[in-house]
Amino acid sequence: MKSRMLFAVLIVLALVLAACAPAATEAPPEPTAAPAAPAATAAPAAFECTDAIGCVDIAPGDPVHLAYALSVSGATAGLGEDARGAIEIAIDDVGGQLLGHPLSLTGEDTLCNAEGGQAAGTKLAADPTIVAIVGTTCSSEARAAMPQISQAGMVMMSASNTNPDLTNPDHPDHWPGYFRTATNDIFQGRVAAEFAYNELGVKTAATLHDGSPYAESLQQVFADNFTALGGTITAQEAINVGDTDMTGVMTSIATGAPEMLYFPIFEPEGGFVADQAKSTPGLENVILMGADGLLADTFPENAGPAAIGMYLSSPAVSGPEYDALLAKWKTKFGGVPPSGYHAMAYDATNIFFQAIEAVAVVDADGTVHVPRQALRDYLYALKDYPGITGTLACDANGDCATGEALGVFQLTEAEVTGGNWPPKVIWQQ
Amino acid sequence: MRRFFERYDLVDVIMWLIAATILIAALLGSIKTIQSGKYSPATWVDLGISGLTQGSVYALIALGYTMVYGVLRMINFAHSEVFMSGAFIGYFAATWMAASGFMERNPLLGLILLFLVAALTSVTIAVLLERIAYRRLRRAPRLVPLITAIGASLFLQYMFRGLFGSQVRSYPPMPGLEGAISLPGGVEIEYVQILVIVAAALMMLVLYLFTQRTRAGLALRAVSEDKDVAALMGIDVDATIVRTFVIGGAFAGMAGVLYALIYRQVTFYMGFVPGIKAFTAAVLGGIGNLPGAMLGGLTLGVTESVGTILFLDGYGVPAPYQLKDGIAFVVLVLILILRPTGILGERLSRTKA
Amino acid sequence: MTTKRSSPLVTALRQGAIAGGVAVLLTLMGMVEAFNERDIVQGVISLGILLLVAIYVVFGSTTARTLPETRASVRLGASALAGAIGELFLVGLVILGQQVNLRPVFPNASPELWELLQFGLSAPQSYLAMLSFGAVFGALGAGLTLVSRRYRGPVIVGVVCVVLIGLLDDLIGITIASNPMFATSPVVDTISQFFFAQGVESGLSKAGAMVVFLVASVLAYQWPSLRRGARSRTQAMPAGRQHTLALGLYGLFVVILLILPNFLGPYLTDVSNSVMIFTLMALGLNIVVGFAGLLDLGYVAFFAIGAYTMGVLTTTAVGAESGQIVWGPGLTFWSALPFAVLFSLTAGVLLGIPVLRMRGDYLAIVTLGFGEIVRILALSDALKPYTGGSQGIVEPAIPTLGRLTASLSSQGLYYYLLLACVGLVIFVAIRLRDSRQGRSWMAVREDEDVAQAMGVRLVSTKLLAFASGAAMAGLAGAVFASKVGSIYPNSFDLLKSINVLAIVIVGGMGSIPGVILGSLVLFGLPELLREFSEYRYFVFGAVLVAMMLTRPEGLWPSSKRKQELHETFGPESEPRSQVLTTPGGAGSE
Repeated sequence: MKSRMLFAVLIVLALVLAACAPAATEAPPEPTAAPAAPAATAAPAAFECTDAIGCVDIAPGDPVHLAYALSVSGATAGLGEDARGAIEIAIDDVGGQLLGHPLSLTGEDTLCNAEGGQAAGTKLAADPTIVAIVGTTCSSEARAAMPQISQAGMVMMSASNTNPDLTNPDHPDHWPGYFRTATNDIFQGRVAAEFAYNELGVKTAATLHDGSPYAESLQQVFADNFTALGGTITAQEAINVGDTDMTGVMTSIATGAPEMLYFPIFEPEGGFVADQAKSTPGLENVILMGADGLLADTFPENAGPAAIGMYLSSPAVSGPEYDALLAKWKTKFGGVPPSGYHAMAYDATNIFFQAIEAVAVVDADGTVHVPRQALRDYLYALKDYPGITGTLACDANGDCATGEALGVFQLTEAEVTGGNWPPKVIWQQ
Repeated sequence: MRRFFERYDLVDVIMWLIAATILIAALLGSIKTIQSGKYSPATWVDLGISGLTQGSVYALIALGYTMVYGVLRMINFAHSEVFMSGAFIGYFAATWMAASGFMERNPLLGLILLFLVAALTSVTIAVLLERIAYRRLRRAPRLVPLITAIGASLFLQYMFRGLFGSQVRSYPPMPGLEGAISLPGGVEIEYVQILVIVAAALMMLVLYLFTQRTRAGLALRAVSEDKDVAALMGIDVDATIVRTFVIGGAFAGMAGVLYALIYRQVTFYMGFVPGIKAFTAAVLGGIGNLPGAMLGGLTLGVTESVGTILFLDGYGVPAPYQLKDGIAFVVLVLILILRPTGILGERLSRTKA
Repeated sequence: MTTKRSSPLVTALRQGAIAGGVAVLLTLMGMVEAFNERDIVQGVISLGILLLVAIYVVFGSTTARTLPETRASVRLGASALAGAIGELFLVGLVILGQQVNLRPVFPNASPELWELLQFGLSAPQSYLAMLSFGAVFGALGAGLTLVSRRYRGPVIVGVVCVVLIGLLDDLIGITIASNPMFATSPVVDTISQFFFAQGVESGLSKAGAMVVFLVASVLAYQWPSLRRGARSRTQAMPAGRQHTLALGLYGLFVVILLILPNFLGPYLTDVSNSVMIFTLMALGLNIVVGFAGLLDLGYVAFFAIGAYTMGVLTTTAVGAESGQIVWGPGLTFWSALPFAVLFSLTAGVLLGIPVLRMRGDYLAIVTLGFGEIVRILALSDALKPYTGGSQGIVEPAIPTLGRLTASLSSQGLYYYLLLACVGLVIFVAIRLRDSRQGRSWMAVREDEDVAQAMGVRLVSTKLLAFASGAAMAGLAGAVFASKVGSIYPNSFDLLKSINVLAIVIVGGMGSIPGVILGSLVLFGLPELLREFSEYRYFVFGAVLVAMMLTRPEGLWPSSKRKQELHETFGPESEPRSQVLTTPGGAGSE
């Protein structure tokens, strides 16, 4: 009986508490109901959203909500962690504040596959407070995530998607609101091919990819351009992620006796390739060339002496701003960024800051309104943005890296054994 | 026709057909490849040696799988992480020794210390695994410990990632292990490869002698025959099982260092692929069979290295090397069709197993 | 277990050392710091601190429970000591970390972390604070064991509810914001303002936490009597009314399932869709592993075949350009679906034949190999013109049924499609299980040789298991392809096979409701906690191990399995009733 009594009392207590709560907040309805009845109480210049795809309204004290959609688990975790760290640094750089509002960053893991991208995209798209998203890591994720994100009116900027389809206006994977500071494979593959053929005078080359859409696409663009210039592709080989012994594939490539080997892949396989290529009979003097996937601080040491003289095509990240970014990374996370996309992610975040500040409408009470279409339009029209990955300008399809900032780096003894980083840019278009 | 079906099962006929198709396809491919003359004999030797090197590492890991299988009848999926942990902690030891100049002064001692550190790490992890995750499940249905092992594998992998980060780390160059010897005919063998093959062979020999010639080895074999009878005979079953994990772990740790000496780079997920391969190798040789694991590992390594090019290059398949793992598994299926219990067969008789 | 007789001091030392080890591990993994960003109760406790609290409470109560014959005060003291010793490890770590730069080895060992562990205090006081923090929560753990079970349960339920709701704060926010019905409602708005922290803050508000705790613990306290009451009332009813009531409940359940997407919003509906795809696969694998006892580690192959069939047959990206495949008839979703099921079924039979003679682990490795071969072929440059290689296949068809589907959101569309598929597959699975065929499967699972001797035809029995399992995976794959909108080989890796196997085992092998529960727990929950996805696999691994150690029969075992396991786990029994009897198993031959 006693327990019954206790139960009854508690229930009543709970009911009273629950009933009190709405009553207490119902009393002053004006401030919360303001957007519903703007004419009644609002300030003289009441903001009215006329944007075609809506606005984000940020009340005083509420955060400006950014998000990331990156692959931060599994074997590709390093790529996503790299970009996420840079986003956090960019937020620290502005003091965690934008337009007098705190910045908040939430994130989704995209797992580097299409279903992960779709789940992340759906979740982000469902949160109307999100203004902009930095992501995704892999191109396959962007394909699956963009339909939702685009329809929700948000903008997304990627630091590492390089697949040409994503910014090809005729392709079904092209969505409005998608941008990237990563360099389109079309530019990078062409620059690499031109450098090889015109600058180095290489006439025969072999390519190698690791089965990732990125590497496969980039080596194909390189091969197409190299052939168009008049060169010969002796082999287009492939390895698997997780392979360690490259002797077989190197031997097979050696039968074609190419002057150059282009392998736009990642670590650790990139290191195995560089190391084992040079010890394969017939490839002792082959010129090695990689791409931005290998432009990571750890690569020269991991690849060892074989990497001396190796070329890497990548957006030309260097200069004092970049050194400052690395220094901040060291204090914040210790060590060095795990791969090569932090600079692009840092630029993407800062571009968002600039764009939001430019298009936002600030009310007298500090409420910020970000019109979504205006934000997109601003980004599509962005010109001469001084990023640490070069001067960025977004075209009408969302490509913000124009390819002009692409450079070719060469690894020397200073990087491989001397601990110097980043290497020097030896050639630019 | 009827008599034919009475004598031979239809399933057997289909299996023989599959086996014959694979064999003929492989043979034709090999002939075409050799006729094309793209590869010199020295190349094949090179490929064979790198296959043997890779195979030795597989074999050392496979020993751990096969030993644990022998006594517990379970696939210790987490063994790949035991291997990874040795290589990973070995990295810190190696860097420290290289940075302090110790390695430069005492290369041999340094190398031995490195092996010790890695083996100790792996043994610790393996024994903890047995104690925490497997001991209580000894009498559970066999899928239960399998899932436990998979869980433990994910746990360990991501624990290392959480602790040490996701970047690729590389071993410092080992003094005295760089360079190669040239043999007549243009064949070059790197010192590292020699070290790996010799060390692996030596370790396996020691293990073989241990299991065949010592009392502890006898106990181990008794436990793998029948735990209950072994216990009746006065064998401490728990201690024997722990000993199995110790040996398996030590081998995996040393395999980790050997792996790192050849390929130099370590990451938190480095154990996954070699682990699967070693598991394949153990089955290939006949699971539970120690010489079988060695043979399986070597077979697998050489198949991957030589077989891929030999079988596929002649057909003009684009990027044949990408299909390497596929070839390895097809060979596995072929061998299991021809010999359902692996190359050397299970050491344990069917009724006991 | 030698711990039973040790003295309180030794027990406290041992448990404290383990607690300290766990605390140091989680701290150095960065979990405490990462979780600290997330408040459970605004301004009171964050998830990171809660993690430490949980460690000390758990080990404190373990300490107390290993000392059953001592006085309450001794137990409390021992547990407090255990907690303090655990925290002593962290004190040591902080001191070490401030002297030596640990970051080259442990990237998470940052100055911020030390500050967090010291609760923002300066050195001497902070150490005292840390030790007493450990001691207090250790003692609290012991205190819980002293309280009678009648009260302990509700308190724990209350705390767990607060934590869960606090954790799901952002998700609840998203669900409200993305649903027009809730987003504009002032009632919902005031309720959420009352319960949840506002602005940049996360978690429950203090008052909200109180209410949640009270309501949950009172309900839990009353639960036994409520259930008893309901049961006695239904039992008092005449049989006819009981039947009607059961039907009514089922009907209500179906209606809830049907209207659910309206409340869930797009994201949670999408999560349900993913869970249902896993459920479909798991129901299929349950036939192969759970019913027939054939260990298949390459089950994802059939899923891939279903997905690729759908992709190739329906994609519109056909041509010679990059990103296109050279051949594709461009069928509709509905006309391609039967082919997807049929092709996977055929693949199931084809794989079944060579592995008919293999048992146990040979079967496992060959199926694993088969799964890898399918993925490697799909990825390969050699088949790129037909499967898209690493660039995958884009633009598979979307299911349409005229006006019926036009009004639905894309998530809603797949929700109903998948719901129908799951319903169908459950029906088929139940019919198969209860048929003659189902009994043959179970006979084969128990003992192949005996089954054969009793007249079960091994060949057809095994092939049918593979085929029906494969068909279900093919169906799941086809819907998956259409849902995701693109097909890439890396969606079909070994981890997926392992995940599905884990669902079947964790849910309860051979149990159809268990499989559904398993996919909800293993795939629904992690999806809801995506924010901490870095630690997803770590926790997943730990949960698998803990689950198998404490509840090997699964969450919702079939009654038969439960019996078997209890026989097997009986203290003196021999391991004779192995479920998967294979040459490797403790044999019964």
